[in-house]
Amino acid sequence: MHNYFPQTDADIATMLQRVGIGSMDELFAEIPESVRLRKDYDLPSSLSETEIREFFAALGDKNKPLTCFAGAGAYDHYAPAVIAQILLRSEFYTSYTPYQPEIGQGTLQYIFEFQSMISGMTGMECTNASMYDGATATAEAMFMAVAQAKKKNKVLISATVHPNVRAVVDTYALFKGIEVSEIAEKNGVTDKADMEAQLAVGDVAGVIVSTPNFYGILEDYSGYSEAVHGSKALLIMHADPSALAVVKSPAEWGADIACGDGQPLGMPLNFGGPYVGYLSATKDLVRKLPGRIVGATHDVDGKRAFVLTLQAREQHIRREKANSNICSNQSLMALYVTIYMALMGPEGLKKVNELSYSGAHYLLDELVATGAFTPAFDQPFLKEFAVRTTLDVKKLQSKLIKKGMLGGIALGSYKKGMEDCLLFCVTEKRSKAQIDQLITIIKEEML
Amino acid sequence: MKQYDKLIFELSKKGRMGYSLPENKLPEYSFKAIPVALQRSLETGLPEVSEPEVVRHYTNISNRNFGLDTGFYPLGSCTMKYNPKINEEIAALPAFTSLHPLQPAETAQGALEVYYNLSQSLAEIAGLAAFTLNPFAGAHGELAGLMIMKQYHMKRGDLKRTKVIVPNSAHGTNPASAMVCGMDVVEVQSTPEGTIDVEALKPLLDETIAGIMMTNPNTLGIFETEILEIAGLVHAAGGLLYYDGANLNPLLGQCRPGDMGFDIMHINLHKTFSTPHGGGGPGSGPVGVAQRLVEYLPNPQIKKEGDRYFFVNGKDAIGSVSGFAGNFGVMMRAYTYILSLGKENLRQVGELATLSANYIKESLKEYYELPIKGICKHEFVFDGLADKSTGVTTLDIAKRLLDHGYHAPTIYFPMLFHQSIMIEPTETESLETMDEFIEVMKKIAIEAIEDPQTVKTAPHTTPVRRLDETTAARKPILRYVDLLNDTPES
Ligand SMILES: Cc1ncc(COP(=O)(O)O)c(C=O)c1O
Repeated sequence: MHNYFPQTDADIATMLQRVGIGSMDELFAEIPESVRLRKDYDLPSSLSETEIREFFAALGDKNKPLTCFAGAGAYDHYAPAVIAQILLRSEFYTSYTPYQPEIGQGTLQYIFEFQSMISGMTGMECTNASMYDGATATAEAMFMAVAQAKKKNKVLISATVHPNVRAVVDTYALFKGIEVSEIAEKNGVTDKADMEAQLAVGDVAGVIVSTPNFYGILEDYSGYSEAVHGSKALLIMHADPSALAVVKSPAEWGADIACGDGQPLGMPLNFGGPYVGYLSATKDLVRKLPGRIVGATHDVDGKRAFVLTLQAREQHIRREKANSNICSNQSLMALYVTIYMALMGPEGLKKVNELSYSGAHYLLDELVATGAFTPAFDQPFLKEFAVRTTLDVKKLQSKLIKKGMLGGIALGSYKKGMEDCLLFCVTEKRSKAQIDQLITIIKEEML
Repeated sequence: MKQYDKLIFELSKKGRMGYSLPENKLPEYSFKAIPVALQRSLETGLPEVSEPEVVRHYTNISNRNFGLDTGFYPLGSCTMKYNPKINEEIAALPAFTSLHPLQPAETAQGALEVYYNLSQSLAEIAGLAAFTLNPFAGAHGELAGLMIMKQYHMKRGDLKRTKVIVPNSAHGTNPASAMVCGMDVVEVQSTPEGTIDVEALKPLLDETIAGIMMTNPNTLGIFETEILEIAGLVHAAGGLLYYDGANLNPLLGQCRPGDMGFDIMHINLHKTFSTPHGGGGPGSGPVGVAQRLVEYLPNPQIKKEGDRYFFVNGKDAIGSVSGFAGNFGVMMRAYTYILSLGKENLRQVGELATLSANYIKESLKEYYELPIKGICKHEFVFDGLADKSTGVTTLDIAKRLLDHGYHAPTIYFPMLFHQSIMIEPTETESLETMDEFIEVMKKIAIEAIEDPQTVKTAPHTTPVRRLDETTAARKPILRYVDLLNDTPES
C-alpha cells in the first residue's frame, strides 16, 4: 500500500465483510459497465519522495530567478521570516472553514483580526473574511452597488484601473447583464468631467476608481464622493492596502466600498497566487457583503468567542437568492497578511512605503538622467511609475533579463499609444546597489 | 494548558516593533513630498508588537483550532483527506515562489510546465479535452463553467437558453453560481431513493434550458445510475451537462465524468487532490471542458508549441475570471500529489474511500436513521438518531463528538432531510480510527437516550462552549474597535 493509505489487506477483508460484499468491484456495481474505467489512467507511475524532489528541482531550473523591478498588481515586498513558519502550523492549514466554532476559535480569531486590520487600513466599518483576489473582490463590489441601487444596472470604471481587474469586472458584468462604461483618462488620471457627464444621465449604480492607479499614480479624488453620491451611486475604490499606510484611505475619500488585493502585504509573488482579496464597506452595506463574516460573541459560560455570522446572506442558506456564490475563500492567506500587519505595525508599514518611495524616485531620476527616458506623466506616485523611452522596449527587456533583471512591464499590450512605455516598480527590497546596476545595464544597452 | 483568548491588539504597546528593515540610503527622496491632500491622516489602528509576542500569540491561537492533523475530520462533501507534507515542501521552492506573474514565458518555463502538465493530467482523469486552472475554488469553477455554458449558446445565437436545472439535493453554490452568471434556476425533484427523478426532469427540458448541474455521486453519496439516460435527454434538448466535481473522489480509478456525458466540470483540488483547506482556502477549482468548448476557456489560456509553454488570450474566451492565472501554489501541491500517487495508486483512491464510507455506514445503521439503504459511494447521510424520542438533535450529536476529540460531520446538508448527518471518511483513515469513531457514535446514541441533557448541552470540554449566535447576528461586532465600544445590554 502507498504510504498515504493506512489499510492492510486484512483491514480491507474486515471492511468488505462488514459491508457484506466479496470484492471492491461490487462497491461500483451500479455504475453502467459502458462507462467503467477498466484500465489505468494514462499517467506516470508513482514517484518516491526523493524522485519528487529531483523532479521539481529540475523543473525549477527551467525558471529564471530575476531581480524584480516590476509591479503591475504583484509586488516584491519583504516577507518577515515569522509568517511562513506560523503558516505551517497544521492546526491552521489542515482545518476546514470553521463550521464548528467551539474547535475553530484559532481560525475565527485571526479572521476577526484580519477584518479589524483591513477595516483599519481602508478606514471602513466592516470587512469580510476574504475574497479570492483583488480582481474578483472588485467584481463583487460592483454587484453590491447594483444590488444596493435596485433598479440601476450600470457601473462606471476609470480607464486608470488595472486592466486585469477591468477584465474580470467586464467578464462578471457581461454574464450578469450589467453595463460597464469606461471613464476616460487624461494625463494618467481619471477624467472627472467625463465621470460627471456620465453620472448626469442618472442610471449609474457605482463608480470604480483605484489608488494608486494602474500607472502607480496617486490620484486626487477630491469631489468624487459628492459627485457620485449626488447621483445616488456608490463610490468603489480599489486600493493597495500596503500603500494605504501613507496615502489617503478610501474612507477619507468618502468611498462606500473598498476592495483590492492583499498581495502587497509581504506575500510572495508565487507566479500570481495564492493572494488574498479583501472587501470592506460602510456599516449600511454590511448585509450586502458577500462571503464569510466573523463576529464577536460569548459562549454559554460568558467567555468571549468568535463565530461566522450574518449567514442569511450566503449561498448555503439563500441558494439562488444569495449575495454571491462564494464558499471557500483565501483564509490562510488572510492569516498571512494579518501576521504581516501585526509584525509591521503602523510604523513598519510607513517605513516600507518610505523606502519604496525613495528607491522609486531615485530610479526615475537616474532613468531620466540617461537621456533615454522621460516620465510618461507628471503626477505624484509612490513606488511605481511609467516612463517613455527612446530605446527599443523589446530589446531592452531581453537585455535586462539576460542580466537577471525583470525590468519594467511593457505597457504597449495594455494601452494604445503606450508602445514606447515601461512601468517600473521599486520596493524596499531593492537596494541602491541593485538600482545602480539596473542603470548600468541600461547604459550598456544605449551604447 | 493555559487558556489563551487574547487578540493581537491587546498585546500592543507604543514603541514595540516586529519588523526588520534596512536603513534608508536615499533619504533625500522623502515621501513627505507627496501633496498633503493625498496623504493619510487617519490612524490605522494596527497593533505595535514585538516579534516573539507575535509568534507566541499565533501559536497559542492555533492551539484553539482542530485540524486534520489533530484528528479524524469526517466532514461530508469536503473530502478531508491527509494533506501530504511533501506537497508543502515543493510548493515552497523559491524557484517557483519568486516568479512574478507577468515575467516573460521564457523565464518561467518550469512553472508553465507545471500548469500545463497538471491541466493535462486532470483532463485524463476527467475524460475531458482541456482544463483551465485559473478559478480559485469550487464555486468559482462553477461560475466559470456556467459562463462557458452560456457562451456556447450565445455563440450559436441561441439566446433563449437562460435556465439551469439544479437538483433539490444540490450544494448551495450551484444555484448561487447560476444566479451570479445571470441565469435562472429550475429545481428538479429527487426520487425517494435520492436520485434525480427522470420523469420530473423530462417536462423541464425545453428550448429555454441551457443545461443541468449535477454531481455524481450526488450529495447523498448515491450514484445516479440513470446518468446516461439523463445525458441523452439533456443533449437531445440542446442543453449541456455540468459536473460539480466536489464528489469526484470515489470515482478515481472507476469512471470519468467525460465518459458519462458531462461537457463541463470543475474539480476542487482542495478536496480530491489533497491540497490543504487552510481554514477556508486557498483552494483551486480547475474547469474542464469537452472538445467543442475548449476555445471558451477563460484567459489566460495555456498553450504548448514544441517544447515551449506560454499563455495566450483566446478570442472566443469568456473573458477573465482571475487577476492572473489562479492559485499557482495550490497547483504545485496537487501536481505533487498526482506524481506521488501515480496511476497505480490513484485508481485505489476511489475504492478505499468508498469502502471506508460503507464500513462506517453499515456499522452505525442500527443507531442512526439511514434513509437511503444500499451501497453508497464516498459518503452517506443519516437522518439523525434512529431513536429521536428524547429530542436530541443532529446539532447535539455534532457538538458531543467534539468532546470526544473528533471534528463533526457535515450537518443539516443536504436539505432533503431535517436532521442530515453527512459522513465522509476518505481513503486516508485507518480501520482503528474508524472503529474508535464508530464506538463513540454508538456511545452518543446510547447517551442520547440515557442522559439526553449531557448531549443537549455539549460540548463540555472544548476551549469555548456553545455560542450565542443570535446576538452575534443581531448586533454585529466585526472589528476590534467595535468590541472596545461594545457596552453589554442591560
Ligand atoms: C457539493 C459541493 N459543491 C460545491 C462546493 C463549493 O466548493 P468551494 O468551497 O471550493 O467553492 C462544495 C464545497 O463545500 C461542495 O461540497
